[in-house]
Amino acid sequence: MQYTLLALSSPSDGQCLLTAARVAEAIIGKGHRLDTVFFSDAATTVGLATLSMPQDEIAVQRQWQRLAADHAVELVLCVASAMQRGVVGVDELPSDSELHPTLAEGFRIGGLGQLVAATHAADRVLTFGG
Amino acid sequence: MAKKSVLFILQHAPLGASLARAGIDTVLAYAAFDQPVSVLFSGAGVLQLAPGADCQRVGRRDLRRMIDSMPLYDIDAVFADAAALSAYGISGNLPPFVEAVESNAIRQLHERSDHILSF
Repeated sequence: MQYTLLALSSPSDGQCLLTAARVAEAIIGKGHRLDTVFFSDAATTVGLATLSMPQDEIAVQRQWQRLAADHAVELVLCVASAMQRGVVGVDELPSDSELHPTLAEGFRIGGLGQLVAATHAADRVLTFGG
Repeated sequence: MAKKSVLFILQHAPLGASLARAGIDTVLAYAAFDQPVSVLFSGAGVLQLAPGADCQRVGRRDLRRMIDSMPLYDIDAVFADAAALSAYGISGNLPPFVEAVESNAIRQLHERSDHILSF
């Protein structure tokens, strides 16, 4: 079965994004397909390169990066939500900008069209943090 | 491939957090991509329909104007949970395309949608 996940809550706001990462692991572990996780609204800060969680908590960003690296899951941040929160890749900065990209490794910035395509392709869509 | 119907459940108040706005943006994006969508305002989300809730006065985009544009995107299945409307004291002045529905109709809405996204 093909799954798509939509994550909405901030990585620093409760355990929601950790739960979503565990569910993602379980989906893949059970032999289902998970191609895309779409992060919108406050969840886009999970892709901020400078994100740093307290040492006694699980590093949620790393969980997602590992998932992307090990299982080729695409982690897409909604461009509008990401930019409002200072998460930008090279493509979102003007070419003459003196600012640096803030997008963490393993994440991509994309439009809502990618969420539309991912839900269209999915048998099941799960929302986390709505 | 057959199109999949998506039900959006919008359950957050228009101000105080950005989720309400993110929900409406997503609904309009699906419609712009020609996807069949239905929308259910429930819980505190019905406050998005309250008359006189002008987000611009506090420097945020007027959500109600975005909601009012739904018919222009060919979104014609827009519902509000009647129990929530009554709990929040919203009685008239809903946008004309919004239909108040009881729990039975809400259950049917869930059942006939391929996917449910909640904001």
